[in-house]
Amino acid sequence: MAFMTLAGPPPPPRQLMLLSAAGAVLFFGLWQAIAVSGAVSAETLPSPVAVLETAWRLSAAPFAGHTLFGHLLASLGRFGMGFGLAALVGIPLGLAMGRWRLLDDIVSPIFEALRFVAPLAWVPFAALWFGTGIGGPVMVIFAGAFPPCLINAYRGAKLVEVRLVEAAQTLGAGGLRIMAEVLLPGALPSIVAGLRVSAGLAWQSLIGAELIVASAGIGYMMVQAQSNLSPAIVMAGMLAVGVVGLTLDVALRRAERAVKARWGQA
Amino acid sequence: MQGLQQAEGARATAGGTRARRAGAAGRRVRANRRLAIGLASLAGTFVLWWLLTAGTGIVGPTRFPAPAEFWAAFLQIASEGYAGGTLWMQAWYSTRLVILGFLVAIATGVPLGLLMGVSHRAEAVLNPAFLLVRPIPPLAWIPLAIVWLGLGDAAKILVIWFAAFVPSVINTWTGVRGVDRTLIAAARVHGAGPWRLLWEVIIPGSLPMIFTGLRLSLQASWTTLVAAELVGAFFGLGRVLDTAYRDINPPMITVAMLTVGILGAATTRLVAEAERRLIPWRS
Repeated sequence: MAFMTLAGPPPPPRQLMLLSAAGAVLFFGLWQAIAVSGAVSAETLPSPVAVLETAWRLSAAPFAGHTLFGHLLASLGRFGMGFGLAALVGIPLGLAMGRWRLLDDIVSPIFEALRFVAPLAWVPFAALWFGTGIGGPVMVIFAGAFPPCLINAYRGAKLVEVRLVEAAQTLGAGGLRIMAEVLLPGALPSIVAGLRVSAGLAWQSLIGAELIVASAGIGYMMVQAQSNLSPAIVMAGMLAVGVVGLTLDVALRRAERAVKARWGQA
Repeated sequence: MQGLQQAEGARATAGGTRARRAGAAGRRVRANRRLAIGLASLAGTFVLWWLLTAGTGIVGPTRFPAPAEFWAAFLQIASEGYAGGTLWMQAWYSTRLVILGFLVAIATGVPLGLLMGVSHRAEAVLNPAFLLVRPIPPLAWIPLAIVWLGLGDAAKILVIWFAAFVPSVINTWTGVRGVDRTLIAAARVHGAGPWRLLWEVIIPGSLPMIFTGLRLSLQASWTTLVAAELVGAFFGLGRVLDTAYRDINPPMITVAMLTVGILGAATTRLVAEAERRLIPWRS
């Protein structure tokens, strides 16, 4: 029973920290040992040290047209555009659907039908319609980021007390004013939670889009490295993708907590 | 729309006059109205589609296909085939890969989640590796999988495994930690050993969360497979999409997109059905 610590009090934090440190050492040690021993060639599995070295080298020397930061900037620019567009369209539409049932009844079936198509399946049309430079990837990001924006704004608007809306109406507020001053603040906690989910999906769709059609960006860099058979560059790209994704998530988690503290429970 | 019932409930308790006034009959009228408007909306979209493409030609055939072109492409891939196989062969090929990858992910992810859930020590040891892997989106594994395993089935299964593994582990872990401690204590007082505790208390208690994880895993599996096949494949629906894109064949793109959507929805339904049978007490 000693193994199962769920029932009793958890083991002391000091012991757990030591175990975590041991786990990390074991993981990286094993990886390094396998890579260095030559059991697997460096063309297959570069050591963790080699990956870090490659990432360091790429931040100065360009690969596939740009340095690592150049590619990251290109990716982040597209991400910002697609994500911003999704929020700009999705949030007002969601709020309006929460407010007017007719709009809800009209848009819901179309939205539900389209939602089953994986965002990445839009890549061919995105490339045909908007090209492979910026427009195409932005559309794929939009396809990934749009649904959570809309759904959470809709749910948030539904949770706003009808009394408040009716009170604003009695005092003579118009439709737009009710949306901006009653529904938006009321739905804000739910909207910010949706934005976080949406950012994760957008970032992931961006990488996918860049793997398939792009001429710059972190996904493009990785796919070029793949055709060059240089897994160290691929892994350096994965590292960069992970770090940026994690940073975005942490930032939006903070925003979520701040909004919850200010505007009440979701 | 999902969560509507929930939101309606909240609306009623919040003192919504409209919701309070509506009784059972009112709800039925409302549901019928909703259905009618929904159908009208879909029909309207279809008419608009026809008008914009075949009717007026505002959207040219290189941009988006007309309904008739879509149907012709469907008949073509269904009977003669496209990109190396008929629609059924391509669809089955992709579905088989999703199922294989998904099953491998469940078989590894759920036990690992259980292990990390029941033992704080195991969690502490495994967490560093897991924290490193977790923020990397599954799609970012595609180039590495291709470098390692080439463009064949093995690379696809590896990528789907990565995609479906993380949600399985996290949700199983959350489920185990969410099991009522009083139940565990009660089972122990009554003399349940660790295996019995696991099998009869912890696993049933965490099943709802495990299934939430499985649904997320399945969605991730489809997205990842489509992406992986678009990056490079010999066969499958992503290959159809890619070939149609290169041939500038919008009708075939729409057929492939629709098929991916339907298969995704159908497999999600299968998981929901399994959930309903395995945990009847939830609904």
